[in-house]
Amino acid sequence: MDMTLPAVNWLSVLPTLLLSVTGMLALFWDIWMKDDERSLLGWLSLTGIVVTALCSWLLWGQNDVESFSGMFALDAYAVFFHLVFCLVAGLTVLMSLTYLETAEIRHGEYYALILFATVGMTVMAAATDLILIFLGLETMSIAVYVLAGIWRQHLTSHEAALKYFLLGAFASGFLLYGIALIYGATGSVQLGPIAEHVGAQGSSPLLLIGMGLLIVGFGFKVAAVPFHVWTPDVYQGSPTTVTAFMAVGVKAAAFAAFARIFLHTLGAVHTDWQGILWVVAALTMTVGNITALVQHNIKRMLAYSSIAHAGYLLVAMVAGKELGGAALMYYLVAYGLMNLGAFGVVVAVGRKGEPHEELDDYAGLGFRHPALGMAMTVFMLSLTGVPPLVGFTGKFYIFSAAVQAGYIWLAIIGVLNSVVSAYYYIRVVVNMYMREGEAIVELPSLRSALGAAILIAAIGTVLMGVFPSASMSWAGASFLSLG
Amino acid sequence: MDFVTFFALAIPLVVVAVMVIAHPSPVYSALFLVMTLFLLAVYFLFLNAHMVAALQIIVYAGAIMVLFLFVIMLLNLQSDTLRTQRHGLGRVAIIGGVILLAELGLLLQGSSSELAESSLPENFGTVEALGSQLFTKYLLPFEITGILLLVAVVGAVVLAKR
Repeated sequence: MDMTLPAVNWLSVLPTLLLSVTGMLALFWDIWMKDDERSLLGWLSLTGIVVTALCSWLLWGQNDVESFSGMFALDAYAVFFHLVFCLVAGLTVLMSLTYLETAEIRHGEYYALILFATVGMTVMAAATDLILIFLGLETMSIAVYVLAGIWRQHLTSHEAALKYFLLGAFASGFLLYGIALIYGATGSVQLGPIAEHVGAQGSSPLLLIGMGLLIVGFGFKVAAVPFHVWTPDVYQGSPTTVTAFMAVGVKAAAFAAFARIFLHTLGAVHTDWQGILWVVAALTMTVGNITALVQHNIKRMLAYSSIAHAGYLLVAMVAGKELGGAALMYYLVAYGLMNLGAFGVVVAVGRKGEPHEELDDYAGLGFRHPALGMAMTVFMLSLTGVPPLVGFTGKFYIFSAAVQAGYIWLAIIGVLNSVVSAYYYIRVVVNMYMREGEAIVELPSLRSALGAAILIAAIGTVLMGVFPSASMSWAGASFLSLG
Repeated sequence: MDFVTFFALAIPLVVVAVMVIAHPSPVYSALFLVMTLFLLAVYFLFLNAHMVAALQIIVYAGAIMVLFLFVIMLLNLQSDTLRTQRHGLGRVAIIGGVILLAELGLLLQGSSSELAESSLPENFGTVEALGSQLFTKYLLPFEITGILLLVAVVGAVVLAKR
């Protein structure tokens, strides 16, 4: 028997390891906790996430794709995404510290599940083996299915979890079938050998079918049209912090794996998959924006807006090459900050038993609580793409990448869609400042954790918009490390 | 594996798999699923994957399907309660499925079979081979699967506990 132990690079797996250990500690400590102490679990999770972020920051610049038999990469691309996931998870935990009391969710496992979902995300971003990407995807997805249904008192939460689980399992089946067909076409499941085979021999019908099935599987996760039908119901039914986590984190992780496979590994046959992604991107932007116009529930409106933003991100993928990939990564950070902030304000406006999710509940908010109104204005304007906020610079980079790559019509469709989206984003601002509010008797109080999260998101939105070049060059350098 | 054997197993397999979703009684559906798993295990044997075939029958057909049947009997589902309404989407689904099959057929017709017959190593598919691979080359997926199972167990308890 020949057992040579594999080359284990502990540094490459350090973020994943730290997050899993924190998750297990949270699970373990939950056993001895009394009900009113549960927020300590949140602080433990936050400590773990901050430590992981620090370690990831220190790891930037390393380059090792040979650890664990070539399955796990430690390149700047992976480290960039580790930091993004830590940011998303950290802000979600901050918001949850306040939200869980309002929503009366007493499960200590909530924090552990968020940490394990983040573990799955880190695996997805750093894996260079299709099987490992699938395993990361499943870990993240199962944790998020449970989180969607964790609001035991509300039937809408049960509905959301069931819909997400059934459709997600089906989409994972598509993804796995695509992986199997790509193995049949190229002879390997590792991204390096696949890239060599594709570069040498081009595409075959079997590879085309495999790529199509992969697009279906990933398209479901990022809520691209026509795989988006689950998004509004699931986003509306889940607890608001979980919705924020899903809208930002799951999308970022799925795009991390999607971009690594298509932009880097299958880049040699890009003429085969760019056409279909063009159509999907155009449809996604249009359907997302137009359907958001008629929504009056703010969580549903943000769900459709996240579908539209997935469309913009797909434009970046179609554009490809260095600028498209860098724009994709930059916009994921930008979109994360804007969206988390917006959901943070939605959490702040909600009260125990009364979520106040309708657009009418925002009437007069700008005067009753000016800080919250100003924060929401920043986020809504940024989502529209108004300079000098980060939404504008993100869309600018994406559309310039598209134009540079020759996809002028796609950029035009994108810009027109941004104009359309202004209606439903600015409508929220108009409601807040130009309508008289029916009195919501208690003013929403920004207790420390939630207020900190909204503040961080708002500062990030403004700073990254005013000084975009630093983060853009960082994203560019991270994307180039793939190549 | 020659043509006749392949189709002699494939046709019953597809029929039984369709019966899983088509039969009104949930207990019958579960039993049809067990038959599907047995037929798949035979395919694994033909592909020289002895260990996977044995695990399929012992774990999947033996343990997991028994659990399915427990839950079905606990819920005491009657055949009538599972009849779904007809939406008219059934016809669209059938048309979509036929178009998909036609596309796949056209696409695969143009391709030549490039899979060469390669010789397998001596102990392919045995417990020893699988075990040594799991702990050397596939160590990281093995550990991540452990975390995945932990998440699944925690999730099941969170969702089901009163």
